[in-house]
Amino acid sequence: MKKLDYPFKKEDILDLRVGDMVLITGKLFTGRDAVHKRLHDGVKSPVDLQNQIIYHCGPVVIGDKKKGFEVKAAGPTTSIREEPYQWEVMRDYGIVGVIGKGGMGPKTLKGCSDYGCVYMHAIGGAAQVLAEKIKSVDNVYWEDLGSPEAIWELTVEEFPVVITMDAHGGSLHEKVQASSEEELKKYL
Amino acid sequence: MVKKKAKAKKVVAKKAVKKTTKKTTKKVAAKKVVAKKATKKVAKKVAKKVAKKVAKKVAKKAAPKKAPAKKIAVKKTLAKKGGDQLFDSLLELIRKTSAEIPGDIQKVILEALHREEKNTTAEYAMNIIKANIELAKKKSQPLCQDTGTILFYVSHPVGFNQTEFTKTVHKAVRKATEVGFLRQNSVDSLTGKNDSMNVGPGHPDIHFHEHKKNSVEIKLMLKGGGCENVGAQYSLPNQALGAGRDLDGVRKAILDCIVKAQGKGCGPGVLGVCIGGDRGAGYVQSKEQLLRKLDDENSVADLKKLEKDIVETANKLGIGPMGFGGKTTLLGCKIGTLNRLPASFFVSVSYMCWAYRRQGVSLKGDNSIAKWLY
Ligand code: SF4
Repeated sequence: MKKLDYPFKKEDILDLRVGDMVLITGKLFTGRDAVHKRLHDGVKSPVDLQNQIIYHCGPVVIGDKKKGFEVKAAGPTTSIREEPYQWEVMRDYGIVGVIGKGGMGPKTLKGCSDYGCVYMHAIGGAAQVLAEKIKSVDNVYWEDLGSPEAIWELTVEEFPVVITMDAHGGSLHEKVQASSEEELKKYL
Repeated sequence: MVKKKAKAKKVVAKKAVKKTTKKTTKKVAAKKVVAKKATKKVAKKVAKKVAKKVAKKVAKKAAPKKAPAKKIAVKKTLAKKGGDQLFDSLLELIRKTSAEIPGDIQKVILEALHREEKNTTAEYAMNIIKANIELAKKKSQPLCQDTGTILFYVSHPVGFNQTEFTKTVHKAVRKATEVGFLRQNSVDSLTGKNDSMNVGPGHPDIHFHEHKKNSVEIKLMLKGGGCENVGAQYSLPNQALGAGRDLDGVRKAILDCIVKAQGKGCGPGVLGVCIGGDRGAGYVQSKEQLLRKLDDENSVADLKKLEKDIVETANKLGIGPMGFGGKTTLLGCKIGTLNRLPASFFVSVSYMCWAYRRQGVSLKGDNSIAKWLY
């Protein structure tokens, strides 16, 4: 089990390899479909994302700015929908990590190599275990997109992920896809 | 959770007091006098106890002995007084469905965990899934943040008021969303607006079936978007797959769907499959297959064989939990058929993630929960 602590540094990211199980402590920013679409359309991010991690997640949050927020559930959402946009966010904003589920495609893999970024797979559906790792909700941006689609700034402790795409061209998804297709041929 | 339950009981008790006061007999009145004489604290306690007892008695009395009377009772409660109790039962059904995985699913998940090799990412994933199941139940909170499409399957007797029932379902869904059993999860497809309440065209999706029994049975499935997105429909013959219009062709289509779904639908999952029907009915039936218990057996020998074969073959492909690689790709496969046109041959596949949220209740005449169905 490896650890990744805030503030995140490029060197630490470059150390990570496909198959590593990692516990993250520090900040995460949620961002899913609407956020990526808006960034792609040229709207500037309301927060500085340099050396930050984006989490593909639409959390269940209750409360408001006055009373404070509470995260009731916060598992990852399917990442592949951001495939057209993710590499741009890596290029334009200098993010060092993307957390999601299901993996991403060749554009993102190239982005990881070009800009020094990793794709980290959280356990899909594990909303409660992951919500427990969220220690505070520090801010919310672009609330107009609706609660699941807004950018939530979260502080997490020992948030568990598996590296499935690294900054050196490695992709567990490509590997398993290829081997499972090969294997299937035997049974047809 | 204990607290919550206690609260719920209090609420029910209070409601029972309201409902029953009018109907209470002299006996109760006498007991009330006694209660008044006692200190205030004691009075409260006694009153509550009495209320509970009376509630039970009244409920028993209200339950009719003869069959014809029962029918009328069902109709009456739904039309008038049943609203509140139905609301409570529906809310509890939604809560339990969202927070607790049914026993048949939990069993196969634990089996899958033990199958995976130690210290692999697959075992790691299954362990987190197991912890998540336990935590969600303990905290009485959504198992997964995507509380999904809300699918109700309602079996009801003749004369059941669907309009009233639908209204109460909407009310319960709104409440469940407000308290966080459900996520704000329903979006206008044109404007992208989220009404925050999960109620809109097609949502919740309620399927009514009339049956011969006198009772009302409600099944609920919360089906997440990630796994819904990897469902697929094949029109056979399919040249690319070499799949003809026979069971071997069906098998090829299903296996293709599994390989394509890898990693994306939060595996290990379960497939609901329909052979035949038109495109619409095929998908509806494929989802209804997911209402079957995982350990049931298909009564059609060929389908039983195919279901088993699909699971075994899928688990040889090495896709594994979350697509990390590993031994368990599929937890189950349920296949049904519908008649088709001579010109069409559809295979419709619905994929359900490990966060398999389905529950059901049968209701008593007063709309309280008689029994959990899973
Ligand atoms: S596919 Fe299922 S477990 Fe995964 S995020 Fe969606 S609802 Fe949750």
